[in-house]
Amino acid sequence: MQLSDSWSPSDPIVSIKNVHKSFGALEVLKGISMDIMKGEVICIIGPSGSGKSTLIRCINALNDIQSGSITVEGQEVHDPALDKLLLRKKVGMVFQQYNLFPHKTALENVMMAPLLVLKEDEDEVEARARKLIKKVKLEGKEDNYPGELSGGQQQRVAIARSLAMQPDVMLFDEVTAALDPETVKEVLVTIKELAADGMTCILVTHEMGFAKEVADHIYFTDRGVIVEHGSPDVFFDNAKDPRTQEFLSQIL
Amino acid sequence: MKRLNSNQNHGKLPVLLSVKGNGSHAYNSMTMVNWLASMPWWTPVLLMTALILWPHVAWAGSNYTAGDALDALWRWAPFLIKSGFLFNILISFLVLAVGTVGGVLLGLGQISLSKPVRAVSWFITQLFRNSPWLVILFVVMLLVPYEIKLFGYNFFFPDWMKAVFGLSLPIIANISEIVRGAVQSVPNTQWEAAEAMAFTRNQTLWKIILPQCFKRMIPPWMNWYAILTMATPLISILGVEEIVNLSRQAIEAEDNHPELLIPFYSFVLILFFAYCYPIARLTVRLERKFAVKL
Repeated sequence: MQLSDSWSPSDPIVSIKNVHKSFGALEVLKGISMDIMKGEVICIIGPSGSGKSTLIRCINALNDIQSGSITVEGQEVHDPALDKLLLRKKVGMVFQQYNLFPHKTALENVMMAPLLVLKEDEDEVEARARKLIKKVKLEGKEDNYPGELSGGQQQRVAIARSLAMQPDVMLFDEVTAALDPETVKEVLVTIKELAADGMTCILVTHEMGFAKEVADHIYFTDRGVIVEHGSPDVFFDNAKDPRTQEFLSQIL
Repeated sequence: MKRLNSNQNHGKLPVLLSVKGNGSHAYNSMTMVNWLASMPWWTPVLLMTALILWPHVAWAGSNYTAGDALDALWRWAPFLIKSGFLFNILISFLVLAVGTVGGVLLGLGQISLSKPVRAVSWFITQLFRNSPWLVILFVVMLLVPYEIKLFGYNFFFPDWMKAVFGLSLPIIANISEIVRGAVQSVPNTQWEAAEAMAFTRNQTLWKIILPQCFKRMIPPWMNWYAILTMATPLISILGVEEIVNLSRQAIEAEDNHPELLIPFYSFVLILFFAYCYPIARLTVRLERKFAVKL
């Protein structure tokens, strides 16, 4: 089932056109446009406060927009008539602070949404959840509570939890920013495998090495606009805009 | 004045000063239970010994001795416990039940998405949280009729029922605040994560938010139970036959000897202490336990 009948897989799965977003008088997105094809991995980078996180939160309608258009599988996200729940079944999201449910075990965290939201059969969901936990290499941790897991482990449970809804697009909002350096890698490996499986991924990240290696396309945003974008090779080696050059020189 | 203060504090940074030392008091709703729990268990025994010895001295000239008074208490005690104190406990359970159900509903009203519902819930909560209990009891007593005819049926509201209703109102308001506070103590990100996974608001509230803050609500809830139990004698002024009322009747039946006042009312005090003290200790222990965890 797809969100809109007029959409075909050769069209962009996520299409953002001239999006403006303000918090009161503060305009954080000033006309952002990008197209993301099915199976692509997109990294959005830029200094803090540049509107990256706000942008991806607009894609699953956690934030609303003032003007412009965002479509997912051809369906306008900010159409007031749209059932937001329908959209969020298609678009999974992983947060910086994992946000696991602390009163549920790892397995229960993964199973909750399919059971309650999709109302799927419990045995099926459990089988799928166990497979996903295996996929994020947390076998044996099924019955642990989030408080008993490391940050990296919690974040991988959070990824499995999102995948359990079988979304078509995954959003990652600085998912490694809160992690210890040694656990960052395990989370990045998980995302890399996900990308290799053909999942459409939109990441906001500060991990330049990862972006270079995995991304199909890189967007650099600053103060609410896309300053520069391109494939990783072109972007990292031949940045044209002085703002991009300055940012890269600071971070690399 | 300011200078003097800073001298007294030996130049410590303000943040390092103890709150008590500054003479300011932060409001703490658990004050009553903390105070009760901090008393040693033999406090009422000590108090009663002192009180029993005192009339011995005071009425040394009277024919009616403290021994006679204790004898009278001994004869009345089983009746006072069975018909009086147990009734107070029954009332306290009823008030707690009504107060909890009403308080949870009102508390959920305070976090409702609908602005009118929120505003009305907030107003009711503040109204009954900040009114004197005795005034509430009197108003309920005078406003609620004894009998209501509705759809051809007669509904009776005896005094004890009005008393339960009247005592429930402040409990509803305070439990409403407990629920609101507990729900709001759960980080916003939990709501967000649930929203991103297409949970409805009700599913989020009942399956994710409330289970997390349930434990946090237990100590203040028990605190209010202890407070309301100790407040049940208030209903004696409405003519409900609970322990204080029956004690007065018992004293009258024993010819109103003034020597009876202290043993009888001390007995009531001990009953309440014996009942509420363990609750207070447990509440304080649970509060510490849940505070560390979370």
